[in-house]
Amino acid sequence: MQDNALELFEVFIRSKRGLDHKHVGSLHSEDHAQALEYARDVYTRRSEGVSIWVVKSADICASQEDDAENFFDPNDDKPYRHATYYDLPDAVNNM
Amino acid sequence: MSSEQNISLQEQQFMHKIKAEEKIEPKDWMPEKYRKNLIRQISQHAHSEVIGMQPEGNFLTRAPSLRRKAILLSKIQDEAGHGLYLYSAAETLGITREEMIEALQSGQAKYASIFNYPALTWGDMGAIGWLVDGAAIVNQVSLQRTSYGPYSRGMIRICKEESFHQRQGYDIMLSLVNGTPAQKAMAQDSLNRFYWPALMMFGPHDSESAHSAKSMEWKIKRETNDDLRQKFIDQTASQIEFLGLEHPDKELKWNEERGHYDSGEIDWEEFHNVIAGNGHCNRQRLEHHIKAHEEGAWVREALAAYNAKKQANKAEAA
Repeated sequence: MQDNALELFEVFIRSKRGLDHKHVGSLHSEDHAQALEYARDVYTRRSEGVSIWVVKSADICASQEDDAENFFDPNDDKPYRHATYYDLPDAVNNM
Repeated sequence: MSSEQNISLQEQQFMHKIKAEEKIEPKDWMPEKYRKNLIRQISQHAHSEVIGMQPEGNFLTRAPSLRRKAILLSKIQDEAGHGLYLYSAAETLGITREEMIEALQSGQAKYASIFNYPALTWGDMGAIGWLVDGAAIVNQVSLQRTSYGPYSRGMIRICKEESFHQRQGYDIMLSLVNGTPAQKAMAQDSLNRFYWPALMMFGPHDSESAHSAKSMEWKIKRETNDDLRQKFIDQTASQIEFLGLEHPDKELKWNEERGHYDSGEIDWEEFHNVIAGNGHCNRQRLEHHIKAHEEGAWVREALAAYNAKKQANKAEAA
C-alpha cells in the first residue's frame, strides 16, 4: 500500500458574516489550495459557511492543560476587575 | 509520588470529568483501554460509512429517474464526508489514517455487517435508506452525548445530515407501495430482507456484549444495545403499517404494560456468521476497497510530484 502520508490541516468556517470562524474538523491534503477545496467539498455541503480558513495542524501552538495554573490562575485573584465586585446603592439601581 | 499513585490520581481526575459530564479532549490523560476502545469503535464506525457507499454506488447507473439519481449521489457523497469526520476524530487518539485503512483491508478491523448483504433491487435503496440509516440514526443520536469531545462533535455534525438519508429511503418505499403490484411486492421483499439485519446493527444482547459495560461506565456509549434496538423497533412498527406492508416479525405485539413492542428473536447464528466473514459480500466489499485504493495511487503520486515541483520552483526563485 503506497501512501505518502498527506499533511494534516484544521478547518475553520465562518457560518455567516459577523460571526467568528469556528473550528469544524480536520482533513489531509497535499497543500493549502487543495485543503481549501477539500474543506469546501466535505464541510460546506449545505451552505454551512461564507468563508473557510485552513491551517496546517503542525503550525498551531497550543497551551497545555498541565500549564493551566501558570497560564490562567493569576487572573482569578483580581476580583476587582469584575462588575459584581462592586456593591451599588439600591437607589442607583442599574449601572 | 510513585508512578502507580500518579496513575491512580490521574484516573480519578479522569473519572471525575466523566461523572461531571465533562468531555474528554485529545490532550487529556485517559486510560489506555479508553483510548483503545474509542479507536476500535470510531474507526469501525468510519469504515462502515465508507464501505456503506458500495451497495448504493452500485445502483447509481440504474436509478429510475434523474431526480432519484441526484438524490442517491448526494447521499453517497455524504457518507464519504461522514467517513472523513470519523477518521479525523479517531486520528486525534494517536492512530494514523494509514494504520486504520490497513486494519480494514487486512480484515483486522470490522465494519457494520449490514453492508455484507447484497443490494439486489431498487427497493433495497429504499429499505437501506429507511431502515439501515434509520437504525444508524438511533445509535448516532445517542452518541452525540458520548464522552470523547471530537467523537461527540462529529456525531452532531453527522446527525444534522443523516435524517435526509432516512427520509429519501422512506420516500422510495412510498412510491413503490403506491405503484404497480409488482412494485409493491418489490418493496415488501426489500423490507423482508433488510428488517432483521437492521435490528442486528445494534449488536448483541447487553448480556452478551463484550464491550458494553466498560463503554457505559466511561460514557463512550450512552444507551445499551437492547434499549437502542427497542427504540428502533417501536418507531419502525407504525412506519411499516403506514406503507401497508406486512411486518417481517410475526411475533411483534404491543405490550401495554411495558409501553413497548415485544418482538421475535433475532437469528444470532446468522449475525455471528456474517461478522466472522461469511456474509454474502464480505470478500467483495474488501476487494473493491483495496482495488479503489490501489487504482487511486496515481492521484496521490501526482499530488506529491506537483508539490515537489512547486517547492523546487520556489527554491529556485529565492
